[in-house]
Amino acid sequence: MTSTNYDPRILKAPHPVPGAPDNWKRFFSFNTDAKVIGIQYIATSLFFLLVGGLLAMIVRGELITPPADLVDPTVYNGLYTMHGTVMLFLFLFPILNGFNNLLIPTMIGAPDMAFPKLNAAAFWLVPVFATVLMGSFFAPGGPASSGWWSYPPMSLQNPLGHFINGEFLWILAVALSGISSIMGAINFVTTIIRMRAPGMGFFKMPVYVWTAWAAQTIQLVGLPALTGGAVMLLFDLSFGTSFFRPEGGGDPVLFQHFFWFYSHPAVYVLVLPVFGIFSELFPVYARKPLFGYRFVALASFGITFLSLIVWAHHMFYTGTPNWMRHVFMFTTMLIAVPTGVKVFAWLGTLWRGNLRLNTPMLFCLGGLFNFIFAGITGVMLATVPIDIHVGNTYFVVAHFHYVIFNTIAFGVFAGIYHWFPKFTGRMYYEGLGKVHFGLTFIGATLNWLPLHWAGLLGMPRRVASYDPEFAIWNVIASIGAFMLGVASIPFILNMVSSWARGPQAPPNPWRAIGLEWLLPSPPPAENFEDDIPTVISEPYGYGLGHPLVEDEEFYVRRSQEA
Amino acid sequence: MTSVNPDLKLNHTPGHVKHDGHNMTGFVIFLCSESVIFLAFFAGYAVLKLTAPQWLPDGVEGLEVRMPLINSVVLVSSSFVAYFAERYLHKGNLWGFRAVWLLTMAMGSYFVFGQYLEWSELSFSLSSGVFGGLFYLLTGFHGLHVITGIGLMGLMLARSFVPGNYDKGEMGVAAVSLFWHFVDVIWILLFLLIYVWQ
Repeated sequence: MTSTNYDPRILKAPHPVPGAPDNWKRFFSFNTDAKVIGIQYIATSLFFLLVGGLLAMIVRGELITPPADLVDPTVYNGLYTMHGTVMLFLFLFPILNGFNNLLIPTMIGAPDMAFPKLNAAAFWLVPVFATVLMGSFFAPGGPASSGWWSYPPMSLQNPLGHFINGEFLWILAVALSGISSIMGAINFVTTIIRMRAPGMGFFKMPVYVWTAWAAQTIQLVGLPALTGGAVMLLFDLSFGTSFFRPEGGGDPVLFQHFFWFYSHPAVYVLVLPVFGIFSELFPVYARKPLFGYRFVALASFGITFLSLIVWAHHMFYTGTPNWMRHVFMFTTMLIAVPTGVKVFAWLGTLWRGNLRLNTPMLFCLGGLFNFIFAGITGVMLATVPIDIHVGNTYFVVAHFHYVIFNTIAFGVFAGIYHWFPKFTGRMYYEGLGKVHFGLTFIGATLNWLPLHWAGLLGMPRRVASYDPEFAIWNVIASIGAFMLGVASIPFILNMVSSWARGPQAPPNPWRAIGLEWLLPSPPPAENFEDDIPTVISEPYGYGLGHPLVEDEEFYVRRSQEA
Repeated sequence: MTSVNPDLKLNHTPGHVKHDGHNMTGFVIFLCSESVIFLAFFAGYAVLKLTAPQWLPDGVEGLEVRMPLINSVVLVSSSFVAYFAERYLHKGNLWGFRAVWLLTMAMGSYFVFGQYLEWSELSFSLSSGVFGGLFYLLTGFHGLHVITGIGLMGLMLARSFVPGNYDKGEMGVAAVSLFWHFVDVIWILLFLLIYVWQ
């Protein structure tokens, strides 16, 4: 099995390898290769990062001055609703599914996902529900405008009385997104359970696979509950039931339970794989084994379990009884324990490491720094008295964006740069990457750090106009937001030009340890095909000098010859 | 050395993926996930029942239990019948399988028909307050599952006429059978919640 076996397959394989020349058209086709699907997911979601970012910049443009003078307050409601929905359902969830598609089969030595066709179908639901969601802008009465949480009774208002309205399309899009995510989750979990390479026991899996598994478990438990709530909301909106309408005996707060039972854990669906990315990257760029590998792996499921019993901390100020507040305060704070295990493990990995500060590492360090900050404000918000004080202010917005953008999106960028050479076969340009990181870090800090102060001083969220005393913080925040917009330019330039004309990538440019790095760049259609390596040691053996798999030299040589 | 060590237990066949085992794993995961939707509806039912200022709509005394009980007995027994069909298939008795499998389908259809009769005689509708909405949502959502199950059984029955199709056992039949047991268990919970706890 040498290069002669590799080259003809590029030409003959039913689904050719990513990055092979003349084959860009397959990224627009129904393809069942997990690596093509992964890139489809990532490209689609980066497009929607731009869309959601554009909406955010209009929002920040509106908030640069105290009065509502750029857009009408109703339009403003639609803008922030769609910004939140697009960013979560069309950027973050799909992009992490993209990573799962690229990384899970290659990291565990599987030829593909367990259900390749289901996988492709799950991806193609993304453009479908994107169209439905975007169609909401053209619906009579405008787009959904009750926030991404869609609380009744606001979401049940339908003043024009049309059956098809913005909210209707919003619920439909969220339901389709849920179906797509559940299809994905079943596939990922089955693949991880059943398709690992020989010798790869659970405690020889890379941490990314552990975190993806933990995250997808949340999808399987949480999403159906949200879907149930969404169905009931849809019935209330369109078919005359009154589950959440007080006038018919319903209870609007019940929807909040359904919503947060999924939507709080959803943040862990997003952040767990990013923890996985951190855990993969720190050992590579610090040249040290991951500190406390087994604890880091197990802590993922600790987070999964705890995340499912903390949802009511979003409802401390919606008439929740006191005993319930205490229970949920306690469970929420408990999440700091498994999360802290991970943070200290990363710090232990970095300690006295030989750090290489290239773009993926910079994004990782930036993300870790911001995450520690977000964790501290998170514990503050878990505390009932503080939450009641700052609950509906910009403090929450600032905390949330420190998690969602400053941690998760940073981790996503780190992952994109780190695995770019592997899956495209080309190197990215380091200089442009560093410019991207600098602009992103400064922009993100300017954008959300000042909003903590605005929130502590009492600036309410979800409003288009505000008291002039908050103006200074908002001006700084808006400058940061526009800077983030500018930061996308070097990123897009880098991705497009590197993929088209970047230097050829070697199979293992970072000298990393892992099954994916034993494959050629880009990997062939079925990864290892008939020669799946036998795993013999724990991952992250940096500096320990023992091989990861049997006959490692053979796989290294083959990947270089390809 | 390029071949895989034969002493090691493989998680999958090298080269081409063998799908049967995956399908069952995936299907079981799907059913676990699916059950959460029902649990969410059940939790909603309990919460709304305990907090609603007015539970039953005006002029409604409560639900008739006798007919639904007969219906439940038929549905729950059909689970055992489906199990015997599977046993026949396992022993290679294809006609035995077809006959008993058809009986399961008939019992399921009887349940759906009984539900239809019940719905058509009720004095309240989907929009009659919280109770009406929940009643039709829960029974309707479950009914959709029963109809789906009957459809899947029909598919498996049709596939049994493809020669050699079931020679090595048929994962599809096992999965549909599992789905049918799942739908039955959900019905037992639903019956207790709606009809017994009035």
